[in-house]
Amino acid sequence: MPIWLQRQKYLIDFTLASLLRRRAKNLGLLLVYALIVFALASVMLYTHALRHEAAHVLAGAPEIVLQRMVAGRHDLIGEEHIARIGQVRGVQTKAGRLWGYFYDPAVKANYTLMVPPDREIAPGDAIIGAGIARTRGLSAGDYLTLRGSDGKAHTLRVAGLLDARSELVSSDLVLVAEPFFRAFFGIPAGQYTDVALRVRNAQEVRKVAEKLTLLLPDTRPILRDEVLRTYDAIFNWRQGVVAVLLLGAILAFVVFAWDKASGLSAEERREIGILKAIGWETSDVIRMKFWEGAIVSLTAFLLGYLAAYAHVFLADAALFEPVLKGWAVLYPRFALVPTVDGLQLATLFFFTVFPYTVATIVPIWRAAITDPDTVMR
Amino acid sequence: MSRTDRFLWLMAVLALATALTFVDATLRSHEASPRLATSAALVQELGLTDLALFTEARYTRHLSQADLHTAFQDHPLAFEHFPSGSLLAPPAHLFPTRHADLAAATEVPD
Repeated sequence: MPIWLQRQKYLIDFTLASLLRRRAKNLGLLLVYALIVFALASVMLYTHALRHEAAHVLAGAPEIVLQRMVAGRHDLIGEEHIARIGQVRGVQTKAGRLWGYFYDPAVKANYTLMVPPDREIAPGDAIIGAGIARTRGLSAGDYLTLRGSDGKAHTLRVAGLLDARSELVSSDLVLVAEPFFRAFFGIPAGQYTDVALRVRNAQEVRKVAEKLTLLLPDTRPILRDEVLRTYDAIFNWRQGVVAVLLLGAILAFVVFAWDKASGLSAEERREIGILKAIGWETSDVIRMKFWEGAIVSLTAFLLGYLAAYAHVFLADAALFEPVLKGWAVLYPRFALVPTVDGLQLATLFFFTVFPYTVATIVPIWRAAITDPDTVMR
Repeated sequence: MSRTDRFLWLMAVLALATALTFVDATLRSHEASPRLATSAALVQELGLTDLALFTEARYTRHLSQADLHTAFQDHPLAFEHFPSGSLLAPPAHLFPTRHADLAAATEVPD
């Protein structure tokens, strides 16, 4: 083994012995340090996985959704509007969508009633999402009664359930036939909730939206990019909210670690004095203390990160779930797909391991360059 | 085995476990791809725009489709009173502009 490596090995050996002499104090520090890394890494892994999932799933959403606005609020859009869109170049397909909300007082939650564009559903039948089926205790062949806009009870036969694997987007959906939807909400023929547009060339989407705003000034185009950005922003925001909640704990740790790392106890000061008196060079003392900082912070980082990974992807983030997920009566059940962003991990490493290691070296350097006799006194 | 060797072994095991999390993430995302594909196919088929995360109010169910003045959707000066409201970011227009204003007047060739 080269002498340099041999030397580092002996230094590590000495450092470990020195750390073990103050066992309780150093184990306490390691535990708190690992807990801080655990909390930060859990939030980071959870939000990254949710963001990744949202972006992947919503990638197939319509490029543009066009809403009609009346007095600043979303209103029904008529066929004449849809016909006028035909004049805009770049629009591949356009289709009026029929969807709306129904508040069910029985479970105190909103359902999303929707007419599927390409799926045949018999009038009086419904295909429901797994969240509704679970909350109302329904399965195929059961009946679901809802009170329509005319005040009468409308009964739907549950013809089937949507695939539970798609629950993240379909938990509260009720797919119904067009005649039922119009009768239930009292929406006249030729009127739609909004219009979904497919644009062939992704680079033209913004231009098409711009043309639409000029052609139909009473409408508001919502681009798929904006939809994706909305979800990106939500999860960033939540990550921030949790980080703020953790801030107190992080600051307490910073003060604690700084005090531990930068302030030298009389015992440590004496130890340095003795080492120098028996012939250790200043650089050796600094190297030894560097190893001390590195051992503590690296072990804490690895333990904290591994615990966070297990917490988020094996235990479904049980500790942070209520804040990060939010809640709802019809909350979808889904297990997150693990995704680890190497860059995020590197950032976390830099901000947790690096400052502590540096903080341990500076005061040691100050103590190590002074005369052993002065230090020991 | 010396103390240092034991420590280095511990570090090696922890580093290996960290590397394994990347392998685990890759394997499990392959496993989950049919589930994601099912959701993505439904989004494509029905033209869905939002995740069914908050179903308590219409403006939280379809966040991206909600009116721009979300805080006052029920009646003028209505306070936002759903818990998810406190977890959502303020509307984008309160932040510096991130995208072009589509209402900008430009020539329309069509």
